Amino acid sequence: MREPFGPSALTATSASTSRRMWRLIAPWLALVLFLAVPPFIWPQSWLLAYLAQTATMIVFALSYNLLLGETGLLSFGHAAYSGLGALVAAHVFNRVGVPLVLLPLIGGLGGALCGVVFGFISTRRAGTAFAMITLGIGELVSAAAWTLPDWFGGEAGVAIDRASGHALGSWSFGPAREAYALIALWCLLASAALFALSRTPFLRLANAVRDNPARAAAIGCYPRRVRHGVVVLSAFFAGVAGTLGLINVELVSSESVGMMRSGAVLIATVIGGTAAFFGPVAGAVVLTFFSVAVASVTRAWLFYLGLFFVVVVVISPDGIAGFMQRHIARVAACGWRMCRAMYLWGAAAALLWTLAAVLAVQWAYAVQFGIDDSASFGVDGLPLWMASSALWFSGVVFMLAASGALSTRYAVRAQARLAMNSRSTRIAGDTQ
Amino acid sequence: MQSFVINLLNGVSYGLLLFMLSAGLTLIFSMLGVLNFAHASFYMLGAYVGFSVAAHAGFWSALVIAPLIVGAIGAALERWLLRRVRVHGHLPELLLTFGAAYLLGELVKLGWGLSPLSATVPPALDGPLFTLYGAAFARYRAFMMAVSLVMLALLYAVLRVSKTGLIVRAALTHASAVEALGHDVPRVFTGVFAAGTALAALAGVIGAPLFVIEPAMAESLGSIVFVVVVIGGLGSLSGALAASLLVGCVQTFAVASDVSLGGVLAAFGASLPAEWDALTLAQLAPLIPYLLLVAMLALRPRGLFGRRDEHA
Repeated sequence: MREPFGPSALTATSASTSRRMWRLIAPWLALVLFLAVPPFIWPQSWLLAYLAQTATMIVFALSYNLLLGETGLLSFGHAAYSGLGALVAAHVFNRVGVPLVLLPLIGGLGGALCGVVFGFISTRRAGTAFAMITLGIGELVSAAAWTLPDWFGGEAGVAIDRASGHALGSWSFGPAREAYALIALWCLLASAALFALSRTPFLRLANAVRDNPARAAAIGCYPRRVRHGVVVLSAFFAGVAGTLGLINVELVSSESVGMMRSGAVLIATVIGGTAAFFGPVAGAVVLTFFSVAVASVTRAWLFYLGLFFVVVVVISPDGIAGFMQRHIARVAACGWRMCRAMYLWGAAAALLWTLAAVLAVQWAYAVQFGIDDSASFGVDGLPLWMASSALWFSGVVFMLAASGALSTRYAVRAQARLAMNSRSTRIAGDTQ
Repeated sequence: MQSFVINLLNGVSYGLLLFMLSAGLTLIFSMLGVLNFAHASFYMLGAYVGFSVAAHAGFWSALVIAPLIVGAIGAALERWLLRRVRVHGHLPELLLTFGAAYLLGELVKLGWGLSPLSATVPPALDGPLFTLYGAAFARYRAFMMAVSLVMLALLYAVLRVSKTGLIVRAALTHASAVEALGHDVPRVFTGVFAAGTALAALAGVIGAPLFVIEPAMAESLGSIVFVVVVIGGLGSLSGALAASLLVGCVQTFAVASDVSLGGVLAAFGASLPAEWDALTLAQLAPLIPYLLLVAMLALRPRGLFGRRDEHA
């Protein structure tokens, strides 16, 4: 029998709706704060460049997630759309003189046009074959960028002067601050548009095609046509992202269509998590942190990024967002007190393993590359006595790794105990 | 036309090298259902390990030892990492091999440095085998073809004749039934993965003297191998062979030719803007595998010998 709605039930439902509202708004608030507040506190130019890169990557990763998360299409050539979109935008800006404010729209249309053409070829297959075809198309475009210098500008790339367009009021967009404001605004706009898009019936059809193409075809939609549509939409937003990058650095080169960039957006999206809308945003922030902050400290940043990526795929295939969701749900179900041991041991294990890995990798890089110019490789992160004596050093790394393994063991045991406890309480609850 | 035969032989030997890579890739794909994105990285690792072993113990021991070492690394990757993510489906497996490709690339830079190395041809295989109309065919290329053909024959024999091959083929299609008969199917998977990566390493060792050993060699060859596998039809060994030979020959002929794009199109009565006319086919050679891929997909989406995909 269902209980009649009393006043207590009513307040409970209103509390839960307000909590749901809060949960819906909080990530947006965090994104706005992340983009808007730091420039007012530390108005240095490197911070603006870093934030502009992050904003670009956020849009890029969100557009990629239309393919990977919503439609289940793994693409290895997504940079082709953003790079070609930016290229179209750069040529249009230099020849026609579109206002800079509307330039991302032009780039998006350029990207979408490429999406129509390339998507027609690539969506002939799904699954692994789609991934390989996009890889081939990505390689084709990046190889063409080198063979057709009059389009891509060869080594130098195609440059624009963002201050040369029509000024908007007193804003010429020449200073980095004004350009950043434009980029951040477009980033929020594109994110909101992508969020709205993810609630449309068309993307629900895409989800159906992802989960079961045969049944989706049986209810009367063409899986291939849906995939093609998603590729075009995703290419549009990738073009927008590419143009935001163009506004930031005022240059589009053959690197912007390269495979490195395609790999970067894939890594960002997977690290963040494809199941949640804000997963790619988190992944974009993490990736830009690696490629800007970590890369400025150590040469080994690509190694760390690869390692982190592999660890994420092995431990939590649904990325940071999925990891957070799972653990928030667990804490809510079991209570903080029950989970405490597991989290403490888990955090200790993660810390110790990270420390051991960083020390070992830094040492190895110092040994291999430190001889020619050690200044930029962050060898100074190591105390001198450690670098001088290999025996001491390997002993320290071994101790760290051993205690890390021990903490991992304890964490796994605590997790098993927790799982057993919660199962037994659930069974006890059922029998009552 | 004098060098036609030599070009053809060069193309076939390059194609057979490609086939050694795509055979391992196809084997792993049809077995585990996952395309090993790190396959070209194992090829690169094989070249580097082979270089180091050859410096100490000679080329012939490198030919044996390097594939064994790399195969062991491949088995470890399958056993400790891939098997853990298999429960989550094929996508995480593919992503894991993608991450492994990054890590292997960085490890190679870490172990051997950034500067390119050049492997030497052993003296017994140095020099031309024969000259035809004044153009020489290198003895080493003939050796490469022989090794590839022997490997191909061995692979075929093991898969078709031996009991191991029987178990592997059965595990391909009826994994649970094979398991019920008392065979350790996960171990078969590990063995197949190790064999595939060892094949890639062997290709690396014998391919190294023809190319430069450098950290970028995985990317330069890797995407061509993936293109070959798609053109041949995913999961089809004979398709991989045909596509490897096709791509190898077409690319070799394009590199060796001195025809300009305008000249080719003029033969068809078409014309292009002036800046395109100046491009030679040799300049366009890196594009040709991808253009072949696009053409193949437009005409026959499942590849040369691929099975029909229900949801394509």
